[in-house]
Amino acid sequence: MDHCEEQVWLHGHIIDSLVLAKVLDLIVMMGGTFDLSDVHIGRTKEEPSRVHIRIHTTSRTLLDNILKAIQPHGASIAREADCRTDAAPADGLLPDDFYATTHLPTQVRIDGRWVPVDRIEMDLAIVVDEQGSTAHALPMGDVRQGARIVVGREGVRVTPLPRPQERDVFGFMGSPVSTERPHGHAISDIAARMRRLREQRKQDHADSRVLLAGGPAIIHAGGREALTWLIEQGFIHLLFCGNALAAHDMEADLFGTSLGYGLTAGRAVPHGHEHHLRTINRIRAIGSIDAAVTSGVITQGIMAACVRHGVPMIMSGTIRDDGPLPGVITDSVNAQSAMRAMIPGVGLALLVASTLHAVATGNLLPATVPTVCVDINPSVPTKLTDRGSFQAVGLVMDAASFLTELARALGRTT
Amino acid sequence: MSRLLVCPPDYFGIEYEINPWMQLSNRVDHERAVRQWHALMRVFEHDLGIALERMTPIPGLPDLVFTANAGIVVGRTAVVSRFRYPERQGEEAHFAQWFRSHDYDVMRIDTDLCFEGAGDLLGFSDCWFGGYHPRSDIGVFPLLSERFHREIIPLELVDNRFYHLDTCFCPLSGGELLYFPAAFDAYGRQVIADRIPTAHRMAVPEKEAVKFACNAVCIGKHVVLPAGCVATQTWLLARGYEPHPVQLDEFMKSGGSAKCLTLALD
Repeated sequence: MDHCEEQVWLHGHIIDSLVLAKVLDLIVMMGGTFDLSDVHIGRTKEEPSRVHIRIHTTSRTLLDNILKAIQPHGASIAREADCRTDAAPADGLLPDDFYATTHLPTQVRIDGRWVPVDRIEMDLAIVVDEQGSTAHALPMGDVRQGARIVVGREGVRVTPLPRPQERDVFGFMGSPVSTERPHGHAISDIAARMRRLREQRKQDHADSRVLLAGGPAIIHAGGREALTWLIEQGFIHLLFCGNALAAHDMEADLFGTSLGYGLTAGRAVPHGHEHHLRTINRIRAIGSIDAAVTSGVITQGIMAACVRHGVPMIMSGTIRDDGPLPGVITDSVNAQSAMRAMIPGVGLALLVASTLHAVATGNLLPATVPTVCVDINPSVPTKLTDRGSFQAVGLVMDAASFLTELARALGRTT
Repeated sequence: MSRLLVCPPDYFGIEYEINPWMQLSNRVDHERAVRQWHALMRVFEHDLGIALERMTPIPGLPDLVFTANAGIVVGRTAVVSRFRYPERQGEEAHFAQWFRSHDYDVMRIDTDLCFEGAGDLLGFSDCWFGGYHPRSDIGVFPLLSERFHREIIPLELVDNRFYHLDTCFCPLSGGELLYFPAAFDAYGRQVIADRIPTAHRMAVPEKEAVKFACNAVCIGKHVVLPAGCVATQTWLLARGYEPHPVQLDEFMKSGGSAKCLTLALD
């Protein structure tokens, strides 16, 4: 038996007017069947409703007759159209009506085929290649004159995230940030995922890298040893930070202080405020953090662990930076590009104790990447969610406690 | 409502057949039609104190007299009709021009959907009803609903004689309704019953419905309707309305009556 199918939309005040009921009755009375999908009922009397109806019949003739009968009642066939493209008018400039991306999985229809958009990220444009066979997301600044940019909304399909299979903390993404929530379960769920990703990474699985974006509070608060341990044990595979985290980490190694505070004594030491400047100066003299570690000047800590274990570091500069350290990217557009280039392959993102780096990293991550935002200030995870990273799980706690607990859950004994 | 748009019947006649009432053989008595039209205008102007805006009639557009089909007016916006039949499409430019020259924001329906103005869109203050199928397309109502932030309930018209909603459905100022139930299918009748309590509805008998009893103009407690609809008048009187019957049978030859000959401007 043949199976024929057509999809139609019905839109307007279709509920109270019984227009929807009439259309569905017509389909059934004429011998068809239907499924309803994408049902949107207007929330107020004035707001129209919208229903997507998939009609099934056993013959093309019957389907055509049904369509003919229901079209006068407003059912319009949901024809799939190709995406439209316009040429970028100049380098760094998008056509007026460019499609702005979300960070959800997205496809565009080219010559009748649905093509996934690579490197999806929020707030970018979509460029289709010359042959029309691939598409990828592209920041405004990287657009070249003449590139085929997707315009309008036709032929663009955004897929909501599937319900997560794991029933862990990431299965409840977007739950409200709260200081009242116990952290223990969340941390053990994160640890379980990191353990699994480390195994997958050893077997070269895709999307098995763990990214940590962090601020200097990790050092000030006493989370340095725990983070160093996590890197040495192969749980962290990529580090995003600024000048400060690197400077204070190496200051701790050279002087035993963080921003002049003795990390063990717990008090300011004489002339301690100069320590980070002397640290930066020394590393600048050596030429690079790599060289400082390999030459034995820097022996312990986060930077040393990253260098010794081949964990890439992207250091992005800010206005207030001292120095900066060699390797800090001071052009913000270049820094953004360098961070973006490292995102593919990330399977978990930990954003710890840094508003700037958390939001910047969050904006670069596809919604499919489980994300944890840890900050002592509840407004940081809230801000991240407000900026669109709805997948982020927020933990309101201090960075050192988080990293220490996480390392303990992963087997650190001291 | 203080102003109505009307068009003198200088060129009114039957020059084509686009509804079951129109028959080329059924000649209009032109002088009689003119007298009936002026009698109707006297009721509006002298009896009810309504201001009338008179359009200039155009030769070759015999139905321009039916200004209810010019479009709809909401505040200072006029949505101009897009007629189903080519015979009436020539009227669109004249209606648009009139609205423009009287400082209305003119909105055209930017699709190939048909919409025949206040003939197919009327209602109460909180909810509008849209007649569809013979003349207007249902797809136009979501567009208007979005534009004017109103609920618009579509009602299918299933009897060819009642080809516009205003030929079989007349909301009154107090929330009551005159209607001819057989002009609607079971779904439409159910919707009307859901919205308007039985005591507030008059199901006009067929012999008055075919005289277009529902093609009435309600202004406050006054209802101007075609002559000869006794049961309807009695019902109106019992509910505190004052009926004003006017003989309009020359216009019935074309399938129109009191309501079709007017458009509420504000």
